[in-house]
Amino acid sequence: MGNIVEIEGVNKIYGTNHVVKDLNLTVEEGEFLTLLGSSGCGKTTTLRMIAGFEEPTTGSIKVEGESIEEKEPFERNVNTVFQSYALFPHKTIYDNIAYGLKMKKVPKNEIKERVTEMMSLVQLEGFEKRYPSQLSGGQKQRVAIARALINRPRVLLLDEPLGALDLKLRKQMQLELKRLQKKLNITFIYVTHDQEEALTMSDRIAIMHDGVLDQLGTPTEIYESPATKFVATFIGETNIFDGTVSFVQDDQVQVMIENGFISGKGTNFKFGEYMTVSVRPEKMKYSDAPVDGFGITAVVKDYVYVGSVIKCIVSLPNGNELKIERLAGQKLPEIGSHIYPYWNIEDAVLIHSKENSIFEALDSIVLA
Amino acid sequence: MKRKNKKAFHGIFNVAFCGLVYLFLFLPISVIVVNSFNATTSKPYLSWKGFTFDWYVELWSNTSLLSAFGNTMIIALVSTILATIIGTLGAVGMYKYKFKGKGILNSLLYIPVVIPEIVLGISLLTIFSNVNIPRGMLTLILSHVTFCVPFVIFNVRARLDGYDNSIEEASMDLGANRIVTFFQVTLPVLAPGIGGGALLAFTLSIDDVIISYFVNGQTKTYPLKVMESIKSGVSPDVNALSTIILIGTIVLVVLTQSNLLKKKKEE
Amino acid sequence: MEKKHSSHQFRSNTLPALVMVGPVALLLVLLVAVPLVYVAVMSFCTTDEYYNVVFKFSLANYGKLLSPDYIKIYGQSILIAFITTLLCILIAYPFSYIIARTKSKRKQLFYMLVIIPFWTNSLIRVYGWRTFLGTNGWLNNALQALHITTEPLDFLYNQGTTVLGMVYCLIPFMILPLYTAIEKLDGSLLEASSDLGAKPVKTFFEVILPLTASGIFSGSIMVFIPCLGYFFVSNILGGGNSDVIGNLIERQFKSGNNWPLGAALSIILILVTLLLVKIYKKLGGDMDSLGV
Repeated sequence: MGNIVEIEGVNKIYGTNHVVKDLNLTVEEGEFLTLLGSSGCGKTTTLRMIAGFEEPTTGSIKVEGESIEEKEPFERNVNTVFQSYALFPHKTIYDNIAYGLKMKKVPKNEIKERVTEMMSLVQLEGFEKRYPSQLSGGQKQRVAIARALINRPRVLLLDEPLGALDLKLRKQMQLELKRLQKKLNITFIYVTHDQEEALTMSDRIAIMHDGVLDQLGTPTEIYESPATKFVATFIGETNIFDGTVSFVQDDQVQVMIENGFISGKGTNFKFGEYMTVSVRPEKMKYSDAPVDGFGITAVVKDYVYVGSVIKCIVSLPNGNELKIERLAGQKLPEIGSHIYPYWNIEDAVLIHSKENSIFEALDSIVLA
Repeated sequence: MKRKNKKAFHGIFNVAFCGLVYLFLFLPISVIVVNSFNATTSKPYLSWKGFTFDWYVELWSNTSLLSAFGNTMIIALVSTILATIIGTLGAVGMYKYKFKGKGILNSLLYIPVVIPEIVLGISLLTIFSNVNIPRGMLTLILSHVTFCVPFVIFNVRARLDGYDNSIEEASMDLGANRIVTFFQVTLPVLAPGIGGGALLAFTLSIDDVIISYFVNGQTKTYPLKVMESIKSGVSPDVNALSTIILIGTIVLVVLTQSNLLKKKKEE
Repeated sequence: MEKKHSSHQFRSNTLPALVMVGPVALLLVLLVAVPLVYVAVMSFCTTDEYYNVVFKFSLANYGKLLSPDYIKIYGQSILIAFITTLLCILIAYPFSYIIARTKSKRKQLFYMLVIIPFWTNSLIRVYGWRTFLGTNGWLNNALQALHITTEPLDFLYNQGTTVLGMVYCLIPFMILPLYTAIEKLDGSLLEASSDLGAKPVKTFFEVILPLTASGIFSGSIMVFIPCLGYFFVSNILGGGNSDVIGNLIERQFKSGNNWPLGAALSIILILVTLLLVKIYKKLGGDMDSLGV
């Protein structure tokens, strides 16, 4: 599969606001790529630059190997599904969907054929003569998707398309969108702030944070080995420990934290380096006696039942809480009892901190 | 960059076009302002004879012009207050209560807005003369209230469209009676609409020529005085008064605007 | 007990309703409805030799309305109103579009600058045009000073200058509703249109214009109808050969002193107004937006 969209060194600056910082990203043909991040992280701006509604301050964007900066949105072979749907309120559903073809001056009978086909694909038969205001949120959503897809774009851009729907409908539409994407084999670039949505639908996820691409990878890669502390906390639930490396032997790393020490596996860690350890609740274990490589204790505070699993909330001496997840029905320690949390060292994700290591900090102090 | 050039061209076109429109809007006003400093004394006061403040001094001895201006201010203030009270009560009442003839009342409301002012003017004239109300301040105020009330009502109504009825119920639930609720809850929420309506009413009243022209009797307002003087050429002291009014309103606008901005910033 | 409750309800709703709606109802009935009916009645009356209204049914006034001189003025008046409305749309639309969709922080100021001129008396502003355009006016002086012309040109006292004055007086009534309609326009619709392959011109006709048509309609109502009655504009700038219907009415009520004939002439304006409002409503216009 070739690259269909190539974003190279793109920056977007509004006044003093640096929204997208030196972004490099390639999207492969036929993939479902999600731009994930919290609001204001630059994901929507990135999408809008691909669509042509915004121009990059610097850098280039190529679609199918061709630079598109000079092209107006109406000259680009990409289409957008808008967050607000942006259906034309004064046009019927039929005319909304036919709009793109009409602009391309496709013959009327072909338009009719393709609109009919598209409407059945998104299960909207019989709605031709209605107006957008007469449709429910989910139906409007389908119209918005149909209106974009009918143009057979090389890339479909979707800007939080499911944001306005209720949970149940959203789940259903997620599956439908995924089905459509596979069926039509069109590249989707999907913007969302919902990590669960991103994990279920995407082939790859690009996580953006403060205008920077933090990590690009498959859902599994992102979940299992987050590259930054932000990614670790943003995707799924996790327990975070900040500390400094106190001992390294081969790939085994011992980390000094506020309440003791913990262990994990990782490479390229130096003694004294400031870093972060992330452990998913389901990987957490506990014992009633100290475990080799771990020097922390905690008090069991509470249990929370979430369907088939139980979350055990334990508190470290400094008051920080950890979550330990267990399948329901397993034997659990009593509330108030002391435990020794630990984990298999390969289950911990060790993350280099963006901040200076203590050594570098010390160096600079000494130099000064 | 082609795309950027295109945008820059659009930008220049936009600025130029708007500039021309503003020029169109402000050209006659600049004529007024400049002529108020014109030293000419020969009618029709057109040719430029040098700069002077004389007309601003002269103005203070032109008692008939000043009293006409005084009348305009009195009429505008009184009719704005009356129209605002009547209009606000009416808008809220029509919003809250169902009653017979509401539809008719609603249609009557549109008449002063859409009908040519001259028709309203002559119809008021005929009725005042028929029931023998002496034409003067009273008829002027009554007429101004009549054409101002609908504008107040529409402005308040626009505000009522987004009005949450339950806040009044909450107020009464907390022990306030109807009247207290009206003053404590309803009125403050509607205040922007009421303010907008009142401002519009005031503007319409001070500028009204046509209706006043028919119902004034012997009483002169400032616009009517201008109308009278047009026949012989507007004398520069009229221009001087207009200039003072213009500067006054601009100062007022700037003050309220900067006040609003300050408030916005504080929020 | 139940009866007491219902009578309490009755009292508690009628009194406030009366207090609130009573004044406006009284005002509109006594000073709008009754006078208009009275004018309608008067239009069927005649006058005696001292110009007193004689309440005797007659169709004489309506006969006079059909005189060729009058009919010429109706046509002229409607033409002036039509051209004025058209010019207002052509100037106000792009103007409103630019200021309503600007991203500038001074947007509020741009809007206020439209309104400020209208706090100066409209008569004197129209007179300002006369000063500017007159034979001894600024424009002629400038042209002569620049040696573009040797003799002063006659700009004034024709239908063109009347239209100029009308456009000048009435254009804010076109700008304000257009501004409101254009500002409400959802920007993502324009992006969607462009995204779907529509060039700017297409987007304008397919999306922008249909969605802002309501502003054009209400603006046109607010420009066209007053234009038929603004007698002072043609008095100041028209020089007697560009009368509008308003001039005819004014003359009958002031110098002519034939009130019944003036009343009959007013009926024409009332009918035109009713017709236009009906069309406006048919086009989906909202009456309330005419007054805000």
